[in-house]
Amino acid sequence: MDDLIIAGEKFSSRLIMGTGGAPSLEVLDQALAASGTELTTVAMRRLDPGSRGSVLDVLRRRDIKVLPNTAGCFTAGEAVLTARLAREALGTNWVKLEVIADERTLLPDPIETFDAAERLVADGFVVLPYIGDDPALARRLEQAGCAAVMPLGAPIGSGLGIRNPHSIELIVEAASVPVILDAGIGTASDAALAMELGCDAVLLATAVTRAQRPDLMAAAMKGAVAAGRLARQAGRIPRRRYAEASSPTSP
Amino acid sequence: MIVTINGAAHEVADGTTVAQAVQTLTSATTGVAVAVNDEVVTRSAWETTALGDSDRVEVLTAVQGG
Repeated sequence: MDDLIIAGEKFSSRLIMGTGGAPSLEVLDQALAASGTELTTVAMRRLDPGSRGSVLDVLRRRDIKVLPNTAGCFTAGEAVLTARLAREALGTNWVKLEVIADERTLLPDPIETFDAAERLVADGFVVLPYIGDDPALARRLEQAGCAAVMPLGAPIGSGLGIRNPHSIELIVEAASVPVILDAGIGTASDAALAMELGCDAVLLATAVTRAQRPDLMAAAMKGAVAAGRLARQAGRIPRRRYAEASSPTSP
Repeated sequence: MIVTINGAAHEVADGTTVAQAVQTLTSATTGVAVAVNDEVVTRSAWETTALGDSDRVEVLTAVQGG
């Protein structure tokens, strides 16, 4: 598979894993290994002196690049502070910008997200914003200097797949930064579809970490992303209303 | 004076530094970031930044998520 390039950095895997939802660090470690991911999200939270083991140790051992997110932020101000804390703690200027509108849907707030994106780009961050499947917002964020755009397929953790493939195609058509399908993936065919629609990568967590066999599902997602990418590059046949014989029609 | 560290009130001596506040939670100095009153205090300034009365100290690290 050809390399994924984000902000000049190359990745040979087009599957980006989140670390949320795994029942233990051991299960997470096995799933990350099976997924082949080279870029993985973490969240920033208050340090708990009682917690044992760190997700950072797992990522370090696997040599996986860490992508901090701003999950849990409701305003641009909170997101900017969280990104700056992540940069300080983790030594990376990359951030998955996530500013949610409400707890029930966890849908991204477009206005706060755009505001935060502008401030973070100005502060030297490599910004990967999580957004709705909105082609106009995706274009504006690219113009604002974001390194990628990450439209959702469906709400976070819903496993509903890609609810609006047409919008994802419109985003892909117009974008000159990578488009990463983020959120909503339920199973391997969803990940393959994202790549067939022309997305450059897929970001998922719950579909793997809360599967009955996370390591198996991680391997399935790895295969699906690779297959979808190849199918996109191969160029699918047009859909037709009636049959077209593939064998000669005359004897 | 009273400062708040990760949401809990602490009675600390005048002149207590950010580094000392962090040490109440962890001996780690990497993978950790600190904000005082919503402003980041860089690692290099922990030892020299003294806290004031009613300061809010947040000590964060990376956890599973996203």
